[in-house]
Amino acid sequence: MTLDAILLASSEAASEIPVVHPVAAEGVFTWLWLIIALPLAGAAVLLLGGAVAKGALDKVGHWIGTASAAGSFVLSLILFIALLGRGEEERQIGQHLFTWFQVGGLDVGMDLLYDPLSALFLLLITGVGSLIHVYSIGYMEHDDRRRRFFGYLNLFVAAMLVLVLGANYLVVFLGWEGVGLASYLLIGFWQHKHSAAAAAKKAFVINRVGDIGLSLAIALMFTTFGTTDFAAISEQASGASQATLNALGLLLLLGACGKSAQVPLQAWLLDAMEGPTPVSALIHAATMVTAGVYLVVRSNFIYELTPVAQTVVVIVATVTLLWGAILGCAKDDIKKALAGSTMSQIGYMMLAAGLGVAGYPFAIFHLLTHGFFKANMFLGAGSVMHGMNDDVDMRHYGGLRNYMPVTFLTFAMGYLAIIGFPGFSGFFSKDKIIETALAENWIIGLCALLGAGITGFYMTRLMLMTFFGDTSRWDKDAHPHESPHVMTVPLIVLAALSVLGGVLLLGDFVVEFLAPVTGVAEHHEPPLPAIVITLMVVAVVAIGVAAAWFLVGKREIPRVAPTEVSFATRAARADLYGDAINEGVVVAPGRALVSGLTSFDRVGVDGVVEGGSLGVGAVSGALRRVQNGFVRSYALSLLGGALLVVLALLAVNLA
Amino acid sequence: MTFWILAPIMVAAALGILFVRKAVHAAMLLAIVMLSLAVLYAVLDAPFLFAVQIIVYTGAILMLFLFVLMLVGVDASDSVVETIKGQRALATILGLALGAVLVTALSQVTLGTAVGLDEANAGGNIEQLANILFSRYVFAFEATSALLITAAIGAMVLAHRERLTPKETQASLAAQRMRDYAETGKHPGPLPAPGVYARHNAVDTPALLPDGSAAESSVSRVLVARGVIRSGPAMADDIDEVRRQLGQDPSEMPETSGKSGAPASTEEDVK
Amino acid sequence: MTEYIVLSAILFTIGCVGVLTRRNAIVVFMCIELMLNACNLALVTFAKQHGNLDGQIAAFFVMVVAAAEVVIGLAIIMTIFRTRRSASVDDASLLKY
Repeated sequence: MTLDAILLASSEAASEIPVVHPVAAEGVFTWLWLIIALPLAGAAVLLLGGAVAKGALDKVGHWIGTASAAGSFVLSLILFIALLGRGEEERQIGQHLFTWFQVGGLDVGMDLLYDPLSALFLLLITGVGSLIHVYSIGYMEHDDRRRRFFGYLNLFVAAMLVLVLGANYLVVFLGWEGVGLASYLLIGFWQHKHSAAAAAKKAFVINRVGDIGLSLAIALMFTTFGTTDFAAISEQASGASQATLNALGLLLLLGACGKSAQVPLQAWLLDAMEGPTPVSALIHAATMVTAGVYLVVRSNFIYELTPVAQTVVVIVATVTLLWGAILGCAKDDIKKALAGSTMSQIGYMMLAAGLGVAGYPFAIFHLLTHGFFKANMFLGAGSVMHGMNDDVDMRHYGGLRNYMPVTFLTFAMGYLAIIGFPGFSGFFSKDKIIETALAENWIIGLCALLGAGITGFYMTRLMLMTFFGDTSRWDKDAHPHESPHVMTVPLIVLAALSVLGGVLLLGDFVVEFLAPVTGVAEHHEPPLPAIVITLMVVAVVAIGVAAAWFLVGKREIPRVAPTEVSFATRAARADLYGDAINEGVVVAPGRALVSGLTSFDRVGVDGVVEGGSLGVGAVSGALRRVQNGFVRSYALSLLGGALLVVLALLAVNLA
Repeated sequence: MTFWILAPIMVAAALGILFVRKAVHAAMLLAIVMLSLAVLYAVLDAPFLFAVQIIVYTGAILMLFLFVLMLVGVDASDSVVETIKGQRALATILGLALGAVLVTALSQVTLGTAVGLDEANAGGNIEQLANILFSRYVFAFEATSALLITAAIGAMVLAHRERLTPKETQASLAAQRMRDYAETGKHPGPLPAPGVYARHNAVDTPALLPDGSAAESSVSRVLVARGVIRSGPAMADDIDEVRRQLGQDPSEMPETSGKSGAPASTEEDVK
Repeated sequence: MTEYIVLSAILFTIGCVGVLTRRNAIVVFMCIELMLNACNLALVTFAKQHGNLDGQIAAFFVMVVAAAEVVIGLAIIMTIFRTRRSASVDDASLLKY
């Protein structure tokens, strides 16, 4: 792998930003479409086949769903190996399936693009996805709508694969909306619960806001470049005006914010935990919520040209990573605490993505490791809930390490990974991001460092409340037990990945592998030696862990959350008033505007129209009395008119 | 001079039209106005119009009015009560205003010396009129002919009444008469003439039937309605009584007894 | 010649008032004829004033049209009288609000 070759390629492209230049698919790569087709077919069979063979599908449906996801994973793995066997120049493979639609000058093909970025995503989606499918077999065993659940999961996987394989923004948008739909269906899967239905709607509506940003960005691309292809836009982007590029960057960021639950569109993620736990693990931790990061990294040819948008990305990411971390500290619901953590970790990824070429690989690297350890922890949390009668309140847990050893051990692996315990995957990925951030801007870097400390605190709090302490806080009828193998095996695999994910960084593999997509960074010397930064991170995390130990571990944990708490705690419990802000800034004015407009319509417009007609009616009602049917009366008015005419003539003549 | 004699007459007659209650009187007053106008036309060197005014207007149009008045009912007179509120007052005010304005305005106009029609009428008024009428106004003239035909046809259409039943013939009337006799016993023949076999042959005296009783159907219904019917025997007694008062022999027949005396012809005397 | 014109105006005004105040349709018609005659008088007067026979021609045409109008008008009055047993213009007042 020669750095010189990459630099050469870059210089040929008249800019250091790499240009997307896919080569035609051949050999094993012609199977690319099959990766999407398998889960799509699974979803079609499971969702539509119920009408034909309901009984049979209910028995084997989950296996069909799992097999299609696993098949996709196997294919992804084969393609990945095949990709590794190719030269640096040929690692972008395009496949044209068919012409999607053709309108005027816009010719949109159903094109797929397989490059190192897509390859890593494919492995994550199908790999973690397959494990979660397996886990769901056990988790959803007692749900009589399990076939439908697997159908939705397959639909989600297919849509997510479309999203990461699309070779133009419209295909990406198709997948983008597809995962939004699947997310809506799965959050509201238990729609008999009012909260679940409301949460699904909330997620859908807030995602619409982001989707408008993305669709506007696509429209702007069409008007600016006349195409939505990555390849064409990456070539022409440098020719666009700065204002257009800024607008594109910000609109894409709006889309990313919606999908990735970044401030200010973060409010839906915590409520989305109403869905079944495998959904939270797959969609709202490992894959879908990282689509925003994917979008920013994929659009690097735009962001590299617009420092304004990059700066906004960094600011949004920093705010989000602290926001999510603070939420994680206050939540007693184990899934919501993890959701806050997810927000925070995606903030890290966004931060890295906003830092530019130096950050892209680490954003993707953290995305992968986070996908492993967060899926692991969500599934672990699901396992805990499974054993505790679906109770999600951590204050009702305690001392579970003795009753659920496998869950405890795998969860501990995830825990160590996320806080960045040296040697675990999260250590490498987060450390790199903080290092890069410090090199770019020390304020942002310090914020990221602080976030790492808070991460240590809330994850330790979660561990302590769940697995340590005594069992006095349990519900009376709680009989915790270890989950079946079909659930623990995926946990073990994911735990192993959480521990070993760091190997991807060996020899800068990720950085070099992604170089054809992200470009090669100029090396910035961090303000401090790398080893010093690493030690700082470890120290800060240690402080966080210690604080959690003294504040949570050493104290008695009340079974009911105390209400006499500080303002900060109350704010964090209320999602830092995110809903209140939405309510006050958007909903209330919107409602006022609408009610104002409706009353204006009713009183003003209708009033003018109806009042006008009433007035005309009243006047004509009075005037029609003049037509009394008496000819002599009419003749009298004639005479009056004639008299007026004569008088007027005289007045004119005599004047 | 003629004007000053005729003008007051015309104005008075015209005002009369406004106030007389009977339409026939109005028509008569209108005739006065029209005839006076004819004279004025003659004064104004328009002998043709003088003739036309008398022949067409007074002779034809006004007679048409009178015909229609006869059809409608000669004695139908207007009610003097105004039904439309304020109509009469307003009409009077506006009429007076119009008249005042017109008269005031016209009296301020100085017309100057009249040119006179001597030159234009050279060779005869009628010939000159014909010259103009059949040259410059020939199209208008033709149009009026069409108008007159249209008016004639229109009058026929309006006056025509569609026959809804077949016209009765003599045969059908005779059959009806016999049918009535068969069904209701109505006498099929002509009614008896009054005075037949009576002491008097006056129309107010019913005929006597062979048995000596009076035939009520022999006298006019009008007379029955007026109550002036006399029976023959009662009349004879009356004459005898008169004669007795005169000192004559009631058995002597007078020469002139066909006339009914005025005091004797009242119903009161019969009783 | 002004006196003729003034007489014409007076007769016209009287005709006007007659149309407005009388209710018998036939009398109303007579008043209309009176107005037409008043106009004719003015026309004939102007003919003499200007030494020009056009005024007399116009008066002649007025007479012709008046004749046609009377024929139709009286026929209409007859038709109305036949169906409504009334010659009052106020009785024919159904066409109203």
